[in-house]
Amino acid sequence: MSKYMIIDGNRVEFDDEKNILTLVRKAGIDLPTFCYYSDLSIYGACRMCVVEDEWGGILASCSTPPRDKMIVKTNTPKLHQHRKMILELLLAAHCRDCTVCEKNGKCRLQELAHRFGLKDIRFKNTSEEAPLDTSSKAIVREPSKCILCGDCVRMCNEIQNVGAIDFAHRGAKMVVTPAFGRDLADTNCVNCGQCAAVCPTGAIIVKSNLKDVWKALYDDSKRVVVQVAPAVRVALGEEFGLSAGENVMGKIVAALRRLGFDEIYDTSVSADLTVMEESKEFVKKLESGDTTYPLFTSCCPAWVSYAQTKHPELTKYVSSCKSPMEMFGTVIKEHFKSRDIMDNKTTISVAVMPCTAKKAEAAREEFTRNDIPDVDYVITTTELVKMIKEIGIQFNELESEATDMPFSLYSGAGVIFGVTGGVTEAVIRRVVEDKSQQVLKEIEFLGVRGLEGVKVCELPMGELTLKIGIVSGLGNAEKLIKKIESGEEYFDFVEVMACPGGCISGAGQPFSHQPEKLDRAKGIYKADKVSQIKRSEENPLMMALYDGMLKHRTHELLHVEYRSDNV
Amino acid sequence: MLTQDEMRRIDAIMLSHDYNQAAVIAILQEVQKEYRYLPEDALCYIAKGLSLSEAKVYGVATFYENFSLEPKGKYVIKCCDGTACHVRGSIPILEEFRKQLGVTEKNPTTEDMLFTVETVSCLGACGLAPVITVNEAVHAAMTPKKAAELIAMLKEEAADEN
Repeated sequence: MSKYMIIDGNRVEFDDEKNILTLVRKAGIDLPTFCYYSDLSIYGACRMCVVEDEWGGILASCSTPPRDKMIVKTNTPKLHQHRKMILELLLAAHCRDCTVCEKNGKCRLQELAHRFGLKDIRFKNTSEEAPLDTSSKAIVREPSKCILCGDCVRMCNEIQNVGAIDFAHRGAKMVVTPAFGRDLADTNCVNCGQCAAVCPTGAIIVKSNLKDVWKALYDDSKRVVVQVAPAVRVALGEEFGLSAGENVMGKIVAALRRLGFDEIYDTSVSADLTVMEESKEFVKKLESGDTTYPLFTSCCPAWVSYAQTKHPELTKYVSSCKSPMEMFGTVIKEHFKSRDIMDNKTTISVAVMPCTAKKAEAAREEFTRNDIPDVDYVITTTELVKMIKEIGIQFNELESEATDMPFSLYSGAGVIFGVTGGVTEAVIRRVVEDKSQQVLKEIEFLGVRGLEGVKVCELPMGELTLKIGIVSGLGNAEKLIKKIESGEEYFDFVEVMACPGGCISGAGQPFSHQPEKLDRAKGIYKADKVSQIKRSEENPLMMALYDGMLKHRTHELLHVEYRSDNV
Repeated sequence: MLTQDEMRRIDAIMLSHDYNQAAVIAILQEVQKEYRYLPEDALCYIAKGLSLSEAKVYGVATFYENFSLEPKGKYVIKCCDGTACHVRGSIPILEEFRKQLGVTEKNPTTEDMLFTVETVSCLGACGLAPVITVNEAVHAAMTPKKAAELIAMLKEEAADEN
């Protein structure tokens, strides 16, 4: 006999579910929560998920394990009153200028206040104006909008192992803050933005660069060139009611054209460049015989910052390849250099990314040549959604369009960069000598795919068997590094993506849970499947670039030496 | 920046607790004993030593009233303002201390770093109300007059030591 619970009079069977909340949701009741995420530890702070047992006791369903034959109700007068009171008290100490809040329409507090039909707050408004922290290039903190649910703190500590923010002080004075009340920019924050992704209110938001982009678009003396990252295409549609994973790249290109972008490219192209360069580096590393550490990938700027701050000893083993975005930025600026003089224009390079750390990456000194950044502005997927909605483009009605010449060809290997394991798979496709269909298929099943946080696979190559590690989530990266340092494990190549699941789960994407992430990953692999070119080196554009602009200049244009004093 | 000697001392404290993260409170207490407060650099050094984030250590240090991130005076005067002390007139005593030393609630420490005046909710010695402590020493049945005398005495003691 399986175990069961009675929830609101209905029998709900359970097995090893960790809490009542999961069962309640399984029973079709969306109990509200602020502080519960299945990926994070259980905190039990918001008390919105309370249920009443048969003796009238109130239990937080998130932190109570189910028991056989337990009887609970989710809707009683007492619970109703409790939930409303919690919302009222939260709102009493909260800024209520919703219309001008960045989170307007996406705020969990606003949503629940609406859902519970709150009409007035009986308590005096005690919200205090706390100064904004705009120091970071990627994230803005507005402490007065914090409801102390701790989601950001647990994300930063448990999943990312960064610990840039935590609770300080106590009682009514409790705040979420960097150590010593410092600015976020003065901490070891890696700008992954996952705190902003889980923040239910507007207390932590992604810094917007829309103003700058609009200004450039409205300026006739500017040639605005944009690149779109692989992960954007499988998530943006969600904001227009399309299903997660649906590849809307064609529509995105059409929308960008209507918005007034002059040249539109796909970052998958420069991902191919990254594959070419990183593969070269990998082979060289193997030949060098240096086996202390593996070669770490460098596409993820949050990981690069993490390595620099937490593991400076590793930095020389992090690939010197620029990220695909920065490679494209460089190529774009180089390509339009002479045309700019001819047309009397300035090229502004914009990147649409699933990522917040890219904003900080673009601002790094290493990616500025002669005081001109290679990528001027980075906007996130959701920022692009805002642009589309603002001018009223009917996204779903758009006919798909193709990206512009001359950088329009890319391989499937470039597209799969958007998901954890993608970079690795792309590099394997490049370095494996056997280019048959059969081997291509086999690579797929080496263990590189899937959204697990840690994947390990072995690649036979000649007489050697190469060991490859793939991690997403910086906490997982830390565990792997510990194992490497203790000598417990050895790897030849390690791919690190800071966001769990890779770029498809980036903090710049529409908010998602695991099912959407899985769908997005599927969407990415589907895009690879339909691409005619599978391997980066088969992309004819690569030859053109290597024989043209990049001739004798690959090191100068495609590689970077990160400065340790500049994190 | 911490000096080599300071680092050695903090390391010794952490070592005596096996660099155990769970002992962070005990470690902070011992370090506070050394400095009479918790300097920022020391907290960062402890965070590094225990592999905790600076934000976490800061969180612990600010959670407990007993930890201070501000330097305190040589003599820390704690005026009890629990119910028993309060009804027996702790406030005039507190005010006398503050007047004598020219300190306030916001700036509780004298400029010469000799005195810090703070209140505590209860020292657990209600039979001695109104009670105060100067560092470890307990002074029972205080009055504003006794407070003034005590300050004069402590000032003299400090002068003698120099």
